Amino acid sequence: MDSKTRREVSTSDRPRLARHVRLTFSEARQRHILLHPETVVVLRGSGAAILELCDGRRTVAEIETELRRRYRDVPDDEVRRFLTGLVARRCVEITDG
Amino acid sequence: MDSPFGLLAELTYRCPLACPYCSNPLNLGDYADELDTGEWRRVLREARDLGVLQCHLSGGEPLARRDLAEIVAQAHDLGLYTNLVTSAFGLSRAKAEQLRAAGLDHVQVSIQADEPALSDRIAGTPSFHRKIEAMRVVKALGWPLTVNVVLHRQNIDRVADVLALAEQVGADRVELANTQYYGWAWRNRAALLPSRAQLDAAEVVVRAARNRLRDRMEIIYVLPDYYSRYPKPCMGGWAARQLTVTPNGDVLPCPAAQSLPLPRASVREDPLDRIWAEAPVMTAFRGTDWMPEPCRSCDRRELDFGGCRCQAFQLTGDAARTDPVCHLSPDHSLVSQAVEAANADSRTGDRPLIPRPHRAQSVSTGAPPKTAKLRTQ
Repeated sequence: MDSKTRREVSTSDRPRLARHVRLTFSEARQRHILLHPETVVVLRGSGAAILELCDGRRTVAEIETELRRRYRDVPDDEVRRFLTGLVARRCVEITDG
Repeated sequence: MDSPFGLLAELTYRCPLACPYCSNPLNLGDYADELDTGEWRRVLREARDLGVLQCHLSGGEPLARRDLAEIVAQAHDLGLYTNLVTSAFGLSRAKAEQLRAAGLDHVQVSIQADEPALSDRIAGTPSFHRKIEAMRVVKALGWPLTVNVVLHRQNIDRVADVLALAEQVGADRVELANTQYYGWAWRNRAALLPSRAQLDAAEVVVRAARNRLRDRMEIIYVLPDYYSRYPKPCMGGWAARQLTVTPNGDVLPCPAAQSLPLPRASVREDPLDRIWAEAPVMTAFRGTDWMPEPCRSCDRRELDFGGCRCQAFQLTGDAARTDPVCHLSPDHSLVSQAVEAANADSRTGDRPLIPRPHRAQSVSTGAPPKTAKLRTQ
């Protein structure tokens, strides 16, 4: 995707998994995985924890707050950067309002 | 060695269509002894245990299998992402509901052109209206819909109309893939390979549509590799990320690899994990050790993996050569001559196409297929 058309995720956005995407756990790989019709995203670190909170109701700011409650160390912008990348790959959608 | 992410389950090569670019093997008769439901259940379980996450149910026409819903249900129960790749022949509302209940995740429906008469002529059978109807059923049941279109010299000028049709049926994704010249498509290459002017015009249309539709429809556009400087990273590397099981249980790194002179591996004789790890058909071109020059010392050897083994074999008779698509290949003239011919002739749509008969009999007896004339629209 062109960088100029890339949509940056903001803290007030309410992300959710795209309708055709599934979050799963691979026993063989011992990793959480995002499944899309043609691609597979192997999740590392807190990726799965972030996505489990993306329900289309919580804002990115609320997701960050929840993650900070669970894990002490959540760098600024990490969640936004992670979700921006997945929006570009059409794995995550932003709902309006 | 990594474990594979995707299984292409070619359930049957039976198909009601006769597309002139068919990628199925030429010798369909060799694949008539199809795996039964129980054998597919076992293959799916072994694939899951091996690390497979996605299961593409394809063919031929997978709906020709009466046990398709049972196979889908097994894949779903194993936690696999299930994707049906279909001509939509036989996708009635009742069948669709049965597959939905079985857990099918995603449907890809092919269409041959946006215009009914042209689509039907390329498909070799009246099918356009049934396909549109099936796409509506897919959307009505809440599935994500991908529309697949194979592009070539005789329909690429209509790519704007093809995109408009995909938009109209509510497709979430559209895959516009230029023909790859294997199997039956190889026989029709001169009639299918587009000119550079056609490709340039299509690219302008695709770019504009991507900008206009970027929040609504994903557009995948696969260029013809004959026009690339470097080869495609075929399958993400030989036996690296994907595997194919053919209707009779042969295991391959990709569906075209049946054409290569490598010993067979079959799920009827060995478990899938052993085949993936040890069978010569998997290990022959895995990694970079097999590579000749100019690949061996090339900076791109881990990017494109030397291109496509099947294309190297098709064009040079030696699967271990650099893909002749690469401008660095000593065999590159084999590709550039075909490209020159495609650009020397200004006619686009009036070259005869040889349709692909899908009845095993007519192929195995070696009877020459009739030539159908496909006129420009």
